[in-house]
Amino acid sequence: MDLGACARAAAWGHYAARGPAPAPGVSMNFESRIQELESQLTELQELSKRTQLDLGDEIATLEARLQSAIEATYSGLTAWERVAVARHPERPVASDYVATILDEFLELHGDKVFGNDEAMLTGLARIEDQRFMLIAHRKGRSTKERLACNFGCAHPEGYRKALRKMKLAAKLGLPIVTMINTPGAYPGIGAEERGQAAAIAENILEMFSLRVPVLVIVIGEGGSGGALGIGVGDRVLMMEFAYYSVISPEGCAAILWKDGARTPDAAEALKLTPADLTGLGIVDAVIPEPVGGAHRDRERSMQTVRETILRELADLEARNTDELLESRWRKYRDAGEIEGRFPRVPGV
Amino acid sequence: MTAQAEERDDESREPESADKKQPSAETPQASTGKERRRRLFKKKDMPGGLWLKCESCADTIFRKELEGKRMVCPSCGFHFTMPGAARIDFILDEGTFDERFAELTAMDRLDFTDKVTYAEKIARAVERLGQNEALLSGFGKILGRRVVLAVLDFKFMGGSMGEVVGEKISLAAELAMTNKLPLVLFTSSGGARMHEGMLSLMQMAKTCAALSRLNERGGFSICVMTNPTTGGVTASFASVCDITLAEPGALIGFAGPRVIATTLKQELPPGFQRAEFLLDRGQVDAIVHRDDMHETIASLIDFGRKAWSDESVDA
Repeated sequence: MDLGACARAAAWGHYAARGPAPAPGVSMNFESRIQELESQLTELQELSKRTQLDLGDEIATLEARLQSAIEATYSGLTAWERVAVARHPERPVASDYVATILDEFLELHGDKVFGNDEAMLTGLARIEDQRFMLIAHRKGRSTKERLACNFGCAHPEGYRKALRKMKLAAKLGLPIVTMINTPGAYPGIGAEERGQAAAIAENILEMFSLRVPVLVIVIGEGGSGGALGIGVGDRVLMMEFAYYSVISPEGCAAILWKDGARTPDAAEALKLTPADLTGLGIVDAVIPEPVGGAHRDRERSMQTVRETILRELADLEARNTDELLESRWRKYRDAGEIEGRFPRVPGV
Repeated sequence: MTAQAEERDDESREPESADKKQPSAETPQASTGKERRRRLFKKKDMPGGLWLKCESCADTIFRKELEGKRMVCPSCGFHFTMPGAARIDFILDEGTFDERFAELTAMDRLDFTDKVTYAEKIARAVERLGQNEALLSGFGKILGRRVVLAVLDFKFMGGSMGEVVGEKISLAAELAMTNKLPLVLFTSSGGARMHEGMLSLMQMAKTCAALSRLNERGGFSICVMTNPTTGGVTASFASVCDITLAEPGALIGFAGPRVIATTLKQELPPGFQRAEFLLDRGQVDAIVHRDDMHETIASLIDFGRKAWSDESVDA
């Protein structure tokens, strides 16, 4: 459904093969003041080391200025700038979470019908005593990985793999945690031939019947139907600088404005930030990130997610299963609605 | 989604261009059609939309002739998109349509403005079509069998799914459930209505929630995908019905063909995403010609009768 995603991804691969370049669709221009201060600080620190001069006061001053520049910049980001942060190449991705916050992980591959989609990472996970099934979009970190994962754009076999593992979790009584981070489901010939739309639809439908708690966390990009394909849950959380949208801002600008230069306007209009979406009642809560975004303090940011998973799963597991399923159903049946706007069919 | 959505946007700006709005194939042929019209008619004799061009064989067809043939191309058999009201007239027994929830109207909850406001786009569509939304739903009979019917109208903002369409699909599923009637859907849509942002994406989950409950209670649902059915509609309720039918030649897919071609920078295989292509790849149960549509659906309802009480058949 997201379109530009793979074009961007392809372009990124193209540049990446030649050497360092900005990640797809990312313009971090709004960080110019921060980057300036950062390079001044590095210079000063090196100078201090080289000359053995005590520049402690100067360094402290500069650090304070840097910190306030970061705070000032990040407290006033536009929607489009937030999208850039969500796509930042240094932002933690699924494999980082697996390596950093899980105490145990056993990856389970394949949909057992067609193939193993690398863009979907699934497996048995444990944090302390909390066991669960992890279902996550995988973007990869190195260029090679990113290519293997189609930059996080899953194929139908990826969604079917996710469903298979979710059903296994339900059988084993394990709660499910999904991590959304995709520009969108893959728009390609094979994907269409194998029923991309049907695979996503099936997942959405079946997730209402999973008799275990489902916790959904949007950790980066929430790209449309490709995100929703693993996105039906009892609690839907979003990282502070994640976004979740029906279409990419680029795609929206191209269609409605017929002008790619209006992408920032489209991003604004789509109301894709966590604050907007909690306001609309679509997202339950926001997971705070360190000042300046998760890419500035990856470790701390991931630890917050770890604590959140433990807390949320404990809450959800304490609930009665029938009630849990009924409230999950109700949550989506009435998603984002204004109370009393629509009629009700008696006896439902 | 993109290609279709683009089309729907074009449509909302050029309300009278129904005969021009089919994508791709039409452009090179447009001048020929124009010339032919010029030769045949004086200007005052030519109201908009007198001629239509076949998306499949590019033949120019007189609208009246096409309408007499259930909007099926006399040259190649391509099934033209049927407007919602015409579809209801076509499929239901005469005088049996009992419309429900017609009063529901879209709200511009995001204050969405591109070149014009979303509110204005809705107002124009409502005025042009004389209906409040892209989905028409209610009770009716198909060859004497009572059904709950829901029809997406591509002429209303590309049949896109916003809050009202999602709600009306869900309500239709619930009407089917509480009245123990088969649910029959006809889709033609560009996908989610992006002017409603995430509220529109949530309709994919909402409609699946409603269908999931219908399934739990033993309901029976049939979806007929017509040209075109793409994006968030294909990726939600349209794909999870018990029976998936398609009209001949219908474009059915997740991403629009233009998006795929642009992304992959390669030509798409012939017939890509058409109903026959999908049938070959196991994605639809059957392709049904419009001439056989009534009998097929009636027969399916008869096969599905044990799922319900006999209330659904009173003819």
